[in-house]
Amino acid sequence: MTRINLKNKMLLGGVMLLAAAGMAGCGSSGGKEGGQVIVYNWGEYIDPETIEMFEEETGIEVVYDEFETNEIMYPKVESGAASYDVVCPSDYMISKMIAGDMLAEINFENIPNAKKNIGAQYFEQAKGFDPENKYSVPYCWGTVGILYNKTMVEEPITSWAQLWDEKYADNILMQDSVRDAFMVAEKLNGFSMNTTDPQELETAKNALIEQKPLVQAYVIDQVRDKMIGGEAAIGVIYSGEAIYTQRENPDLEYVIPEEGTNVWIDSWVILKDAPNKENAEKFIDFMCRGDVAVKNFEYITYSTPNDAARELIEDEAIRNSEIAFPDLSQYNNLETFVYLGEDGDALYNELWKEVKSN
Amino acid sequence: MTSKRKWLSAPYTLWSVVFIIIPLCMIFYYGLTDKTGAFTLENIAAIATAEHAKALRLSILLSLISTLICFLLAYPLAMILANMKVSQHSFIILIFILPMWMNFLLRTLAWQTLLEKSGVINNILTFLHLPNINIINTPYAIILGMVYNFLPFMVLPLYNALSKIDENVINAARDLGADSIHTFFRITLPLSVPGIISGISMVFVPALTTFVISSLLGGSKILLIGNVIDQEFTQASNWHLGSGLSIVLMIFIILNMIASAVFDKEGEGSML
Repeated sequence: MTRINLKNKMLLGGVMLLAAAGMAGCGSSGGKEGGQVIVYNWGEYIDPETIEMFEEETGIEVVYDEFETNEIMYPKVESGAASYDVVCPSDYMISKMIAGDMLAEINFENIPNAKKNIGAQYFEQAKGFDPENKYSVPYCWGTVGILYNKTMVEEPITSWAQLWDEKYADNILMQDSVRDAFMVAEKLNGFSMNTTDPQELETAKNALIEQKPLVQAYVIDQVRDKMIGGEAAIGVIYSGEAIYTQRENPDLEYVIPEEGTNVWIDSWVILKDAPNKENAEKFIDFMCRGDVAVKNFEYITYSTPNDAARELIEDEAIRNSEIAFPDLSQYNNLETFVYLGEDGDALYNELWKEVKSN
Repeated sequence: MTSKRKWLSAPYTLWSVVFIIIPLCMIFYYGLTDKTGAFTLENIAAIATAEHAKALRLSILLSLISTLICFLLAYPLAMILANMKVSQHSFIILIFILPMWMNFLLRTLAWQTLLEKSGVINNILTFLHLPNINIINTPYAIILGMVYNFLPFMVLPLYNALSKIDENVINAARDLGADSIHTFFRITLPLSVPGIISGISMVFVPALTTFVISSLLGGSKILLIGNVIDQEFTQASNWHLGSGLSIVLMIFIILNMIASAVFDKEGEGSML
């Protein structure tokens, strides 16, 4: 679930450098009057211009840091090695952080844009990991599905089972992360993707082992480039990447498999020991503004839960895109990841290692 | 005098304490404790589980093959270099070292692009109506990556050892009636043993511990022991198991160092 784009990353780096230079300039006059807010977000997951806009409007200086996976972010935040105010983890990681008493309750009175702009259904869905909607504000969401190259497949792809079709041997890209890979095998067998039942997991593991000879490679962010370049016929991908890949290669098609899939949400949270809670609330409120959220959507192409922003999307095809804004009621067996506890995580990791070493 | 020398070594001592000794202690601490902090040998014994043992065996196998290929490629080259005039050989050595100035990750990524199914090499082969090669995401690609990355580490110690052999010893052998084959096996080869040992450990150790080459060129399908350790740290957040397995790997490295120390008492095979 990495969203890295080298060019944009360099651009962002440049922006941050400029920001740092600006800070240094202000340093002598006592810094910006608004104080600062320290943000920890996914790589390539925001339009850097919106950060500048926020700084200009509020006078609050943004210190911005990026992570690649939830698993890398967690120990850094937990150990307190670096103090952050606002973090943007995914669903199951948020429930883990709530369980670990790491998050502060959000005062929604200070974030009026959240309840005003974010669709109620997304808050409803967020109850899966934040039962009382107390700790998180949805930022991006999406599905996981199959991206396929129309010129390289013989029939339309509709099912996870086609990732087990020998016709496509050496033409399949799988996700190289435990939960995502197991999700595919679990949905294929009709299990919940949050199962910790040893027998179900054993079945899923065996399915993945059986599939392994057909898999060209297990990849994370390279799936994007490989599919654009025609290296593989079908690949498991996040819906947010699908729009980007289609822009680059019109032969690509994204589908949510009939057996159901993962509907994920990445949400803003404020850490319990955040040094700048007020500024953190201002930051989240700013990001929930329609005009800001639409800027971010157009930059990162991950679906926004922000209804006000969706109305502002100029391109009608994108505004009504089935990929960016699928009508979830049409699909069966959609689920969101939940935290499985330490034992559950350990079990998954163990089985994944068996798959990989086989 | 001595106190002055000691003072001069202070920066290095500080460096090794901060960046070598302390991290090593941390690895041993994590490796020998469990999540509650109690002493345990479980993390080290975990090497015996099927997946770990398999990954270790595969790592050893692939690094042995790569070391052998490196040796077979490097020895003739080192002999040619050692027999050249100074002005010529420094140029060739420069050519060999030049790629090492570029980041090793980038070079490995370049191989990924070159070897892909619709990559540069296969495009050229198709253009020439030759059969394509499909080794990306197989152990062969990993071996290729290892040989490519570590070959200079084999060439340089070999060259160093070979160029130190006294010309007169070879001439004497010839005088006494030995033909070239005999001279090579009874004079040149035995005298270059320190370089061979040094070269072998310089290639074998990094090849054994790599995880970047195997994940980039193996498509993450092939799990080496380095990948297992990497995953324990970055994905499974199990630093204890990761450290325990690192300790096991350290044992192999120490064995290797002992072997070089025994064969290379005078440090002749050192890099340059």
